[in-house]
Amino acid sequence: MSNTFTVKDMNLWYGDFHALKDVSLDIPKGQITALIGPSGCGKSTFLRSLNRMNDLVQGCRITGDIRLCGENIYGSMDVNLLRKRVGMVFQKPNPFPMSVYDNIAYGPRTHGIRKRAQLDEIVERSLRDAAIWDEVKDRLNRSALGLSGGQQQRLCIARALAAQPEVILMDEPTSALDPISTGRIEDLALDLKNDYTIVMVTHNMQQAARISDRTVFFLLGEVIESGETEQIFSLPKDSRTEAYVTGRFG
Amino acid sequence: MRSWKRWHRDARRHPLSALVSLITHLAALCTVLILGFLVAYILINGIPNLKPALFSLTYTSENQSMLPAILNTCTMTLLSLLLAVPVGVGASIYLTEYAPRGSRLVALVRLTTETLSGIPSIVYGLFGMLLFGNALHLGYSMLSGALTLAIMILPLIMRTTEEALCSVPDMYREGSFGLGAGRLRTTLCVVLPAAVPGILSGVILGVGRIVGETAALMYTSGTVEKVAGLMDSGITLSVHMYRQASEGLYTEQAYATAVVLLALVLMINLLASRLAGKITKGRQA
Repeated sequence: MSNTFTVKDMNLWYGDFHALKDVSLDIPKGQITALIGPSGCGKSTFLRSLNRMNDLVQGCRITGDIRLCGENIYGSMDVNLLRKRVGMVFQKPNPFPMSVYDNIAYGPRTHGIRKRAQLDEIVERSLRDAAIWDEVKDRLNRSALGLSGGQQQRLCIARALAAQPEVILMDEPTSALDPISTGRIEDLALDLKNDYTIVMVTHNMQQAARISDRTVFFLLGEVIESGETEQIFSLPKDSRTEAYVTGRFG
Repeated sequence: MRSWKRWHRDARRHPLSALVSLITHLAALCTVLILGFLVAYILINGIPNLKPALFSLTYTSENQSMLPAILNTCTMTLLSLLLAVPVGVGASIYLTEYAPRGSRLVALVRLTTETLSGIPSIVYGLFGMLLFGNALHLGYSMLSGALTLAIMILPLIMRTTEEALCSVPDMYREGSFGLGAGRLRTTLCVVLPAAVPGILSGVILGVGRIVGETAALMYTSGTVEKVAGLMDSGITLSVHMYRQASEGLYTEQAYATAVVLLALVLMINLLASRLAGKITKGRQA
């Protein structure tokens, strides 16, 4: 099986704070990889390194090697092109203050698609793929801020899909949502993994167990253990992993 | 009467908070009363003096027409905004979106704008006369006046624009960067539109200062009672009113001018907020 991301000996500092220590990790293609761990363990930081969102943080320094399909993303790769290939869904739904249609068309327009017919098609397909088309098809020209929280998050997923990425990073995508909306997003993630590689940070261990193929456990900036989700949850090799997944701390 | 009873009961239980509440209510009432009194005073003294002759196309010392001054005020406002808004908004975009946060240059520019906003307008007038009027040979002209006013309102526009840009949540920027948009596209398509209402409120404040300015204009655009072109000297409404009042012969006409000035400012504000509503349509929930 091929890997989407290969990370080797990665270290990351915020100023003097050593946030990620010697992280080496493979993220396989076409699967859902869940990153778990207590707050402040570096899982979100790691996720944000995969599409170089950490570049926006001042005083952030990264060493080591992160490759997307064999290509070093901190090398000569155009960062905007990287972010087109590696889409992102954030913890808090963040639709732009514009119409539903313009939100979805933002990515394609950014990457040079101007034809109305082509945009129409991308918008419809993305919204269908994100399982929200039926709810918004009559209000494409109204503000996206009028949608409910769960709808907004699916809209944000549709917006990421519209840029036609290869990978989707999800940073606790359901932590601001109610259980029903959470269930929908989880179903959606399961559908999407056929076409996309998904990396998801989650605080919710049941969620990781329910939908992910592989799980990575972070603690204090280090990867303690990574492997098949079933193995991590039933037969963890490290005692700290066991303590965490059985709820003894965190 | 029930609310009064409740107030009485609360006041007995928490006398201090009732006192504070009373004081704040009085303070709020005070500002409304002062404004109300001012507006009523101007309207009562001014409206009876609004005569058709005051709106003749040409000014004579007989008719004291304010029409040329009204038109000059509009020209001056447009011209000053045209000069100040692009520079001010551009500078603020640099400070909030491009410059590294907390850099020395940003601190320096902020200090400069704060200082500029504290300088009395008469000093701007003198500076404008010496620089634009004399050194650059623009003389007494609308252009000299507009350049001076543009410098004067620049700090105001910059501060409000900066505040508006800063209040745009970072999650919009992240969302845009996350889709592979560069800084320019993020700023122009996401951040700036979201900040338009705040920027417009700065522009409205700027318009208020332009329309109300006298000291800086007497030195720069002069007091000629004619509809002025770019390079001509022309009087604006506030200066016109100042002249009428200070000469002591035309107090009644000055009141009438005040009514028109008040109406003009009100109209510009309404127009601007209507415009803001149009631009942000489809954005709010």
